[in-house]
Amino acid sequence: MKIGVFVCHCGSNIEATVDTAAVAAAARQFPGVAFATDTMYTCSEPGQDEIVAAIKEHNLGGVVVASCTPRMHEQTFRRTVERAGLNRYLFEMANIREHVSWIGKDREANTNKSIDLVRMATEKLTHNRPLYSKKFDINKRVLVIGGGVAGIQAALDCADGGLEVVMVEKTSTIGGKMAKLDKTFPTVDCSSCILGPRMVDVAQHPNITLYAYSEIEEINGYVGNFEIKVKKKATYVDWDLCTGCGICMEKCPSKKATDFFNEGIGKTTAINIPFPQAIPKKAKIDPAFCTKLTKGKCGVCAKVCPSGCINYEMQDEFITEKVGAIVTATGFDLFDWSVYGEYGGGRYPDVITGLQYERMLSASGPTGGHIKRPSDGKEPKNIVFIQCVGSRDKSVGRPYCTGFCCMYTAKQAILTKDHLPESQSYVFYMDIRAIGKLYDEFTRRAMEEYDTKYIRGRVSMIYPKGDKLLVRGADTLMGSQVEVDADLVVLAVGAEAAAGASKLAEKLRISYDTYGFYMEGHPKLKPVETNTAGVYLAGACQGPKDIPSSVAQGSAAAAKVLGLFSKDQLESDPQVSIVDIKRCIGCGKCIKTCPYGAIKETELRGMVKADVIETICQGCGICTSTCPQGAVQLQHFTDNQILSEVNALCQF
Amino acid sequence: MNTSLNYAYYPGCSSTGTSIEYDMSSRAVCAALDIQLNDVPDWSCCGSTPAHTVDHTLSSALSARNLDQVASMGLDSCITPCPSCLANLKTAKHRMEDAGFRDKVNNLLDKPANTQVGTKSVLQILVEDYGVENIKKKVVKPLTGRAVGAYYGCILNRPAELMQFDDREHPMAMDNIMEALGATVVAFPLKVECCGASFGIPRKDLVMRLSGKLLDTAKGIGAMALVTACPLCQMNLDMRQAQVNNANDSHHDMPIFYFTQLMGLALGLTEKELGIDKLCVSPRTVLDAMASEQSVKERAA
Amino acid sequence: MKVINVNLSYNSDFVTQVEEESGQKLNNCYQCGKCTAGCPYTDEYDIAVSQIMRLTQTGQKDKVLNSKSLWLCASCESCTARCPNKIDVARIMDVLRHMARKEGYIGIHTIKTFWDSFLGSVKNNGRVFEVGLLANYISHTGRFWTDMGLGHKVLPKGKIHFTPSEMQGKKEVTKIFIRFKEESAKCRAREKSREISADSRSPQDEYVPELRLLSRVFKHRNLH
Repeated sequence: MKIGVFVCHCGSNIEATVDTAAVAAAARQFPGVAFATDTMYTCSEPGQDEIVAAIKEHNLGGVVVASCTPRMHEQTFRRTVERAGLNRYLFEMANIREHVSWIGKDREANTNKSIDLVRMATEKLTHNRPLYSKKFDINKRVLVIGGGVAGIQAALDCADGGLEVVMVEKTSTIGGKMAKLDKTFPTVDCSSCILGPRMVDVAQHPNITLYAYSEIEEINGYVGNFEIKVKKKATYVDWDLCTGCGICMEKCPSKKATDFFNEGIGKTTAINIPFPQAIPKKAKIDPAFCTKLTKGKCGVCAKVCPSGCINYEMQDEFITEKVGAIVTATGFDLFDWSVYGEYGGGRYPDVITGLQYERMLSASGPTGGHIKRPSDGKEPKNIVFIQCVGSRDKSVGRPYCTGFCCMYTAKQAILTKDHLPESQSYVFYMDIRAIGKLYDEFTRRAMEEYDTKYIRGRVSMIYPKGDKLLVRGADTLMGSQVEVDADLVVLAVGAEAAAGASKLAEKLRISYDTYGFYMEGHPKLKPVETNTAGVYLAGACQGPKDIPSSVAQGSAAAAKVLGLFSKDQLESDPQVSIVDIKRCIGCGKCIKTCPYGAIKETELRGMVKADVIETICQGCGICTSTCPQGAVQLQHFTDNQILSEVNALCQF
Repeated sequence: MNTSLNYAYYPGCSSTGTSIEYDMSSRAVCAALDIQLNDVPDWSCCGSTPAHTVDHTLSSALSARNLDQVASMGLDSCITPCPSCLANLKTAKHRMEDAGFRDKVNNLLDKPANTQVGTKSVLQILVEDYGVENIKKKVVKPLTGRAVGAYYGCILNRPAELMQFDDREHPMAMDNIMEALGATVVAFPLKVECCGASFGIPRKDLVMRLSGKLLDTAKGIGAMALVTACPLCQMNLDMRQAQVNNANDSHHDMPIFYFTQLMGLALGLTEKELGIDKLCVSPRTVLDAMASEQSVKERAA
Repeated sequence: MKVINVNLSYNSDFVTQVEEESGQKLNNCYQCGKCTAGCPYTDEYDIAVSQIMRLTQTGQKDKVLNSKSLWLCASCESCTARCPNKIDVARIMDVLRHMARKEGYIGIHTIKTFWDSFLGSVKNNGRVFEVGLLANYISHTGRFWTDMGLGHKVLPKGKIHFTPSEMQGKKEVTKIFIRFKEESAKCRAREKSREISADSRSPQDEYVPELRLLSRVFKHRNLH
């Protein structure tokens, strides 16, 4: 095989600490190398054209590019060699940027290491074989996990694009965090007025199947052909019959159930519909608070229900759905702020979270839109907002900025003045993060027009003083300690990954960061893709996000799904394991270790043999290292190919 | 119940003077609960705040001499009633885990110190090793009738990584003990706020302001008495209460007990052996009210 | 107000020394002010603790070491306990105080004298001898009336002793102080030879034997 080697400068990224010309010169001495050069930007159009021209001019049979990580440009260059008529697998990449130039400053050592990496790549290339993809049919249905605003947007866009959508929502209504909000920044339009109709659209869309109060139990399969096991949690109410009339809620004697929708502001009944605009508007029983379910006594709801839909014997139900793509939109949860002992750690009833305050501001909330102190129901006069509670705080393990608290606090301060014109709001902040269209103008309005007093500093302590709360903070611009006698304190509690996010990630086989937020395919260029084909991200599951960004990502994920489904068949990746039947002894070890269930037992002339199902194999290579006979070989990473690299490296 | 509780006991300098009643009551309570205390034979001052404001090696050397003595007693843990001593002894042990620092400290000593011994507060072992439930079982005269607040001071639980005891912002150890003794405990919001510490002599004005605030707050929540676990806190709030009243034009008359004193009373020990008469602000009214409430209850029973 | 030239006034040796001796990274401070917000002593400070942090971060040695705040910090640890960046602020205050002391910055006379008297008492007796400490303090500050009003309250309670508590190993303790002084002198000499130290100022206070002073202050009492 005649090989061409292209050593990229990557501008100064590589050239600054690697002598690329020397690497190319060294490569010319390697066996099989017919052509080697260094280029400024190999990935650019002239750079790629140079490769094509060299292949033709020197009649090359394979190409090595020494540049960045294959995650960045392997696909790019595979397409380049294909344009010149070579099989895409007759190409190898040596990563001399992330693995060399970016991590060391010694130019000579870097150059030597780069030469080694290029030698390994050329040796492997000489052992490469052309590989060919197979085509397989796909199921053009999409699963959307999570029914918040991002999931709703993704589902509606997919459904409008003609796809069948299955939506799975953990709670008994869709709407997510946005449904709990009163108004939205920076336009101060009513949250339920803009979200409500989209929720109704989900319920009524002929292409959307909604499983509320359900969770993902199991995910099998691969892009184009996923099989999803959904757990429909027992609601103890037959939703086919329930009309959402609410009589059960009126009559239920157990009125002390935790009101999750209202963030614990007030209580609800054991059988409940979270809020009047819930979709689906169906009742469910919270078994922890139902005396019929805990003690076997009561049964009032069953007696009063006009449609006879109560069923105390109901069990969880499992349903299997087949889809071709998955959009994950599982959102976020609030940080557990009770670790802040200095803010009372939850002991003071008049210290509440921003989301609790939203429920209080909402006309359909537990206080009917009246701002009242939880302790005594009085209207507060001085309201203190504290920013960055569980954000930008290493001491509680949350060093990141949640990003939207500055904005919702400005909004809440404005709304407070609207509700209580006599009130005075104070905001303790560190920096105001208002990067968005009309955002900074909005926070300025809170100060200039609504006379919100912004104080630059953190709060060190809150403690009760009479029937007030003394808030002791700093005004770092003034350079002094300051105190505010507050009637109500609202904490801008930061966002963290949704409870259970990491478990779901494992089922989806996608990766997540230290904090449990899902990792996108590339921070700039693949913002809604994951590293698992066919799984996309939307909204705050990828990182804290405000509504406009979540909606944008929902649409972006839908566009990706529609793009994927624009073909009737997908090409399989030929980098899969293949069993050499002659060497296989049928021990079955590979079958046991395969994490994807991609290897099955087969029979050949009365002997047990292993057989790889190519469409399921993900090319992880676990079977190849398990097989005692070396009978299973992962294509493009065969033992011989890897050993040739090792030999190239260890020749001295 | 573990009857083999056995510790080295480091009383600290103030136990020989201004906080003699803390020492008396700590010893009496431990004796009543069969907790054996073994005096560190020739203990010396830990250096307290002044030493660490001068130099960390000097401070640790003063503490290390004592830790070494405990080690030579063959006991594996040492207890002290005083939070300042506690902080110094613990800090010395912690810092001397660093070899470079340990060498510097040993340079100042006659012989290299063995500082492997852990130190705990009397409060901590009562709560963690003896147990609040077990204390409750030993109560013979419940402290009924009067509301007490628990004041912990600034360094008993801080820094949390070093002290490893209770909550740094909202400690509950003394609250729980008082509750177990039958007292009505009012939640004191300034549990870990500084009283003015050792500035009583050089900057009395500071103590007047800070301790005044604590007394005002205690009164505001309806506490009839405060319990403390720190000689310095107790001195500022009790001995200097009249000065505070003078400076702030206030009229506090609030007894400031060591928690061990109230424990002792509930365990049936005499006022004399607990040094109740050593308190500057007379606790008579509060104690009499408790006693009469008890007798009412006893008669009712 | 004085204009500060940011690069010329930055004393990098000072910053390095504070970081080394405290084990803290000054750049971790983002000036949220939570230390100042919780500081019980801030009322008396001439420079708030968060601004001490800022001035230290920006290498303003003289301004920092001249600050009265260093001497008013009681090491109550509120700042350390609540710092969102896990900076041990109290330890930095301690280290700054050590530096101010070594380099002869004046500080607050009464507080420094009290601490010196305290340590003098430990040096002489192995344990703190409260009456002796007070006597020493009074003789150095002339604040004769300090706490005299407490006498009639405390004396009858038997809490005050006019002789130090006896211990055998008090010579060992004295030696700790003597060695410390020698080590410090060696250290200073080393620094001077490297010409790192600033101009020499007043040396550390000597500890005056207390019993001699006691007789001066309480001469109307029979001490034995």
